Amino acid sequence: MTNTLHRYGSAESLLDDFIVFAIPARGFNDAGVSEKQKAFLEIACKHDPINIGDASHGAAFRSSKDLNPLVHWRREGQRDFDAVLKSVSDPTTVAAVFDKPEKVVAFIKDLKAADLGLSINISAALDKARECARQAGIERHSVEYSLGFFGQTDRMADRQTLELSTMCGHGMLSFSFVRKLVEWVKQGRRTPEQAAVSMARFCSCGVFNTTRACRLLKGTGTFDT
Amino acid sequence: MQIDPQKCVACGNCVSVCPMGAISIDPAVNRARVKTDECVECYACYSGMSMERLNPTFVRTVRSLLKMIRLRFDPEPDVCPTSAIVPDELTWPRVVRRAFSDPRVTHESTGVHGRGTEEVKTNDVTKRVAVGEVGYVVEFGRPTVGVRFRDIEKMTIELARMGIEFERKNPVTHMMTDRSTGKLRDDILNEKILSAIVEFKTSIEKMNPVLRRIDEVSRSLDTVVAVGVSTRCDELGNSELDAMLTEQGFDYVRGKTNLGLGRVAVP
Repeated sequence: MTNTLHRYGSAESLLDDFIVFAIPARGFNDAGVSEKQKAFLEIACKHDPINIGDASHGAAFRSSKDLNPLVHWRREGQRDFDAVLKSVSDPTTVAAVFDKPEKVVAFIKDLKAADLGLSINISAALDKARECARQAGIERHSVEYSLGFFGQTDRMADRQTLELSTMCGHGMLSFSFVRKLVEWVKQGRRTPEQAAVSMARFCSCGVFNTTRACRLLKGTGTFDT
Repeated sequence: MQIDPQKCVACGNCVSVCPMGAISIDPAVNRARVKTDECVECYACYSGMSMERLNPTFVRTVRSLLKMIRLRFDPEPDVCPTSAIVPDELTWPRVVRRAFSDPRVTHESTGVHGRGTEEVKTNDVTKRVAVGEVGYVVEFGRPTVGVRFRDIEKMTIELARMGIEFERKNPVTHMMTDRSTGKLRDDILNEKILSAIVEFKTSIEKMNPVLRRIDEVSRSLDTVVAVGVSTRCDELGNSELDAMLTEQGFDYVRGKTNLGLGRVAVP
């Protein structure tokens, strides 16, 4: 889940962005791990996550391969948590996204009690993650820092596009698709909620944060929000 | 990846969803086409877009009529109305594009999906990075710029010259013909991918010169390089890197925090 390391944005921009994920270590604790991964997701669902995902099989927001034409008028932005829970079957990374630190603390406390034996990580602003861990009675074991981008940074997109597109760190969310939807929101052709869900469907790991995306998209207009 | 010209209705939806900008409408035939050399086989179009199975002739007729009277129709932006996107049968060396670009594919070398790395995410179990050591994740092509292996090789060769020992359980290391020199396989050097991660570790004292060298070499590459560093915290959760990175001018905000709840499974 290096996928979540380099989410672009200031501390303020990341204030409602917390990803908690579980990963088995190959060769150490990955045998018969699917039930533990499923348990992680079931516990997550008790704490009102924004999104969940299994990196191998897809996320709560997902594409459909058999739409009918009415989709252009009646498409709902519903999350399918059950589909994620049902598909967990092999060693993978499972993740849950939250928008409030108190939910993260409660989730971690439950994970600690469940004692799954998998590595659990919080991907978020480092000071906020440490605070959440402490409130759950845990001192962090290891820490990884994003130092940002080097090299030909002029080939990157503008700040607004990066804040949205880097919520899929695997690069599935193209700059041009994000720009298109930002323009559509500005033009009133889509709501921020609809645009956020359209983006989320491209992130198969389930780490796209639609709450943050909506907030960022609402800030793109020139009107007062 | 290919777009089936019999099915494509030139709606243009797939054009904007391609992270590499490899899809465009060919005005000569009025169909979407994929620029093969730029396509990284990430499957964002095939997996990310939803599909309808409308009759292509019907859709083209409706679109033509609407166009004639200058009416705009806003179709859902992430839908291919005729299921025209068709994956190719990939062979070596092109298959490495998908392995390094489609996050749902598991890397055979490590058994890990995504970019195929564990880093310090499992450090509580693997003990890969100890107190006093720094782990590095140097990712090429991210965010959404892409990279060819020849640019990655420029960096791995320079890092090898500094005496770096590359992490064995890593997909890029697996592509090296000589880990001591950082040389990659010749037959993949021109392959373009979405991103790849080089991993290694050093003692904490070596971090500053290593980061300086990464910065210098990155400037000569035709891509973007995203850099992360990691370490094992002490029993109070303190990290030696906090002060060192601040001193070096890194305004770090975000990262990953391993809670230490993992353990080796008892057989």
